[in-house]
Amino acid sequence: MRTENQKAWFFVLPVLALVAFNALVPMMTVVNYSVQETFGNNQFFWEGLGWFEQILRSDRFQAALGRQFLFTFLILLIEVPLGIIVALSMPRKGFWVPVCLVLMALPMLIPWNVVGSMWNIFTLPKIGLLGYFLNDVLGINYDMTQQPLSAWITVVIMDVWHWTSLVVLLCYAGLVSIPDAYYQAAKIDGASPWSVFRYIQLPKMKTVLTIAVLLRFMDSFNIYTEPFVLTGGGPGNSTTLLSIDLVKIALGQFDLGPAAAMSLIYFAITLLVSWVFYTLMTKDDAQ
Amino acid sequence: MAQIKLSNLKHSYMPTPKGPDDYALKEIDVTWRDGGAYALLGPSGCGKSTLLNIISGLLTPSEGQILFDDRDVTALPPDQRNIAQVFQFPVIYDTMTVGENLAFPLKNRGVDTATIKRRVDEIAEMLDVTELLKTRASGLSPDNKQKISMGRGLVRDDVNAVMFDEPLTVIDPHLKWKLRSKLKELHQRVRATMIYVTHDQTEALTFADEVVVMQDGEVVQIGTPVELFERPQHTFVGHFIGSPGMNVLPCEARGDRAVFEGHDVMLEGPIHGDGGRTDLGIRPEYVGFGDTGIPAHVTKVSDIGRHYVVSAMVGNTALKAVTEHSVPEPGSQVFLQFKPEQSRVYRDGWIASEERAQ
Amino acid sequence: MKKRSLIPILYIAFLMLPIYWLVAMSFKTTNEILSGFSLFPQTFTLENYITIFTDPTWYWGYINSIAYVTINTVLSVCVALPAAYAFSRYRFLGDKQLFFWLLTNRMAPAAVFALPFFQLYSSIGLFDTYLAVALAHTLFNVPLAVWILEGFMRGIPKELDETAYVDGYSFPRFFVTIFLPNIKAGVGVAAFFCFMFSWVEMLLAKTLTAVEAKPIAAVMTRTASSAGYELGLLAAAGTLTIIPGAIVIWFVRNYIARGFAMGRV
Repeated sequence: MRTENQKAWFFVLPVLALVAFNALVPMMTVVNYSVQETFGNNQFFWEGLGWFEQILRSDRFQAALGRQFLFTFLILLIEVPLGIIVALSMPRKGFWVPVCLVLMALPMLIPWNVVGSMWNIFTLPKIGLLGYFLNDVLGINYDMTQQPLSAWITVVIMDVWHWTSLVVLLCYAGLVSIPDAYYQAAKIDGASPWSVFRYIQLPKMKTVLTIAVLLRFMDSFNIYTEPFVLTGGGPGNSTTLLSIDLVKIALGQFDLGPAAAMSLIYFAITLLVSWVFYTLMTKDDAQ
Repeated sequence: MAQIKLSNLKHSYMPTPKGPDDYALKEIDVTWRDGGAYALLGPSGCGKSTLLNIISGLLTPSEGQILFDDRDVTALPPDQRNIAQVFQFPVIYDTMTVGENLAFPLKNRGVDTATIKRRVDEIAEMLDVTELLKTRASGLSPDNKQKISMGRGLVRDDVNAVMFDEPLTVIDPHLKWKLRSKLKELHQRVRATMIYVTHDQTEALTFADEVVVMQDGEVVQIGTPVELFERPQHTFVGHFIGSPGMNVLPCEARGDRAVFEGHDVMLEGPIHGDGGRTDLGIRPEYVGFGDTGIPAHVTKVSDIGRHYVVSAMVGNTALKAVTEHSVPEPGSQVFLQFKPEQSRVYRDGWIASEERAQ
Repeated sequence: MKKRSLIPILYIAFLMLPIYWLVAMSFKTTNEILSGFSLFPQTFTLENYITIFTDPTWYWGYINSIAYVTINTVLSVCVALPAAYAFSRYRFLGDKQLFFWLLTNRMAPAAVFALPFFQLYSSIGLFDTYLAVALAHTLFNVPLAVWILEGFMRGIPKELDETAYVDGYSFPRFFVTIFLPNIKAGVGVAAFFCFMFSWVEMLLAKTLTAVEAKPIAAVMTRTASSAGYELGLLAAAGTLTIIPGAIVIWFVRNYIARGFAMGRV
C-alpha cells in the first residue's frame, strides 16, 4: 500500500520542470497565436475565436480531418487483428523467439523519414521491387505519384509494415504470461480453439491490447514524417493528413493564427478520442 | 466411472532416451479401483505430475498403455477421456460468471440447457457457492476459485476420474482443512475415482484410502496409510512418511538378527537374500528407554507438543526416539530398547526381513 | 514444423522485403539503378558507403544523431527515476492528475509543437544544438520512461525499502546500491524506448537544427531532394541508420516483450 507523503513532490519536481518547460511554454505560445492576427513586424491584433470558427468551417480542414480519421480507422482495422494473429501463431519458447522479436522490432527503430525514403525506393515504378513487380510482372497499373488510390494503399501498407509489430510485441507479452494450466484446463473442458481464444487468451491480452490500441490511435492520428516523405501529401491533396496540412499552413504559408487554432483543435480531438477509447476499453473493470 | 489401469508405463521427455536416468517415469504398473480415493505422494520432481498428465491425456507416454475399464485410451485426447483435473493454481475463466464457469464443460459438449442448469445448481449446492452463481469469477478469493475449478470437473456426470494436482498450494492454511474435508465429503457423494497428487504427507494420508508413494520415477509402495506407516517397503517410504521419519541405521545382517554398532538387535523375522548394503529400519515411536539395552548418549530433546523427540548417538550413528514421558536430560547416558516386531532390515533400500507370522 | 509457424514467417518476410531492397540498392551503382530492374546488385560497389564515410556533412550527421539521442536517453531516465519512485511508493496531492497530465504529452502531435519549439529554443539561444533536440524529445520520452519505470518499481515489495532504512541506509545510498540493481531490467527497457523514440523522431529534430546538430536522417532528405537521383547514396545512408537500432534491440531482446507488459494503463 502506498503511503501518504507530500514530500514526494520533490521527487517529481525535475520531471515537472522539464515537461512544463517543453509543454506549457509552447502551448501558451500556441494559445496566444490562436486568438490573434498578425501582419508581420510583430504587430498583433486581437482576433478572438475567429480563427477557430474559420478553421472548423473550412472545407480544407474538414477534408483533412476526414482523411485523418479514415487513415487511423484503416490502420486500427488492419494492424490490431493482424498483430493478434501473428502473436497467437508465434512460438512461445525456444531459439526462434528472440530472433523473431528482434526482426519484428526492426522497422520500429528506423528513423521515420528513412521509412518514407525506403518505401519510396521500394515502390518506384521500373526501379523499385514492388513497383516493378506490380507494373511489369502482374500488369497492374500502379503509380503512387499519379493515382490517389495507389498512394493511399501505399501509405496504409507502409504504416502496417512500420507499426504492426508493436501490436504483436504487446500481445505476445500478454500471451506468454498465461500459465500452461489454463490451456490444459481448456483441453480437459473440451473447449474449441475459438473458446480458448475468446475466454482465455483475449481476456489475458486485454490490458496490453488497451495499450496497443491507444498507442496506435495516438501515433497514427499524429503521423507526419513517413507519409510526408513518401507522398508529400499528394497526388493533389489526396494523402494530406492533418499534421501535413498543419505544417503546410504553419511553416509553408506562415499563417500563424490559423495554424495555432488548428493545432489546438487537433490536440483536443486527439485527447478526446483517446479518452473515449480508454474509458470504453476499461469500462468492464470498474464493475 | 471406471477402473484405471496403467500397464508398463514409461515416459521420457527426451526424444531418444538412453539409460534409465533419461526416464521421468521408469516402469509403472498400477491399478486404481473404481470409486477409490487415491493419493500420489512423493517429493518434487519424482514424476507424480508427469504421471497425472499422462492419465489425463495432456501427455502421451513413450511406452505402455492406459486402460479405462480395459478400454485402451492411450491415444485419446483429454476431452475424450472424461477426466477432470484441478490444478495447483486455480484456473477459472475470468470473464465468465461462476455459473458460466461451471456450465462451460457441459456447453462445450453440447448438453441441453435444462440439463446444464440442473447440474450446475446441483454442483453449486454441493460446493456451497449457490449464492455466488451470478457473480463474476475474477473477483473471488483463491479458495472459492479453487472450488469452482473443482466444480467444473465434477459437473459432468460421465466423469471417469477427478485428479488434483497439489490443489491446496495457494490456499490459506486455515482454509486448507476446510477444503480438504469438503473434498472428502464430495468423494462420498460423487463416488468418482479421485487421484490426489501432493508432496504433503498429511494431505495424502488424510485424503486417501490408498497412497501411492513415488520416488525418482518409480512407485516404491502402494498401501493404506496404516500400511505405509507400519511396514514401509522401502527406506524412502519410512523416511518420507512420519514425523520424524524412520531411523535408517547401517547394520550387518547375521541370520535372523542385525548387528548395529556392535549390538545385537532382534528382528521381526529372518532375513532373506544376501550382499548389498544393509540397514536397520525402526520408527522413533518404537525406540524405548530402559535399564538395559543399547547404550546411547542423548544430544538433544525437543518438545513438539504432544510428545518429545529425543536425539541420541549410538557410537557414531545418530538416531531419534519419540517418548511421551520419562524424558532423559540432554547429555545423559541412556539405554535404548528396539521393539523386535517393528525392527526390520533393508537391503539396498528394499525390505529384506520377513514379516512375522501372526 | 507446424502449419501455424507459416504466419510469423510470412509476416517477417513482408517486413524484410523493403529492408532488403534498401540494402540491395545501396550496393548498386547509379547507372545500374537507372538502367532498370535488377533483383541483386549486378556490379557490386561500395562507392556509396565510401562517399558517406569520407564526406564530413554525411558522417557528422551520424555523430549528431547519436549525440542528442544519448543525451536525451540519459536525461529522460535520470529525471524519470525519482518521479517513478514517488508514483510507485507514495500518495500525494494531485498524483493521479499529474500522472495523467504527463501521459497527455505523449498524445500531442509533434506538428503542433514544431513552430513554438523553434521560437522557444531560438529565443534562449539553444537553436541548432544537441541540447535543444535532446530537451525537446523529453516531451514524449519522460512520460514514457516514468510510465515504464513505475510499472517495474511497483513489482518491488516495499519491504525492501523498509529493511534498508532499518539497516541504516540513507535514501540516496539505498536508491543507488540496493534499489537500482533490483530494477535494472526496467531501466534497460525505459532506456531502450527513449533511445528508440528519440532516434526515429525527425520532425522536431529537423526543425530545431540547421547545420551544427543536423541529424543524419535530415541530411539524407536534403540530399535526396537536391541531388535528385542519387538513390544509391540515399539507400546506403538509410541502411546505416538501421544499424544502431538493430544493435540496441539485440541487447534488450529478452526484455522487449516484458517491458511492454509491465507498464500500467
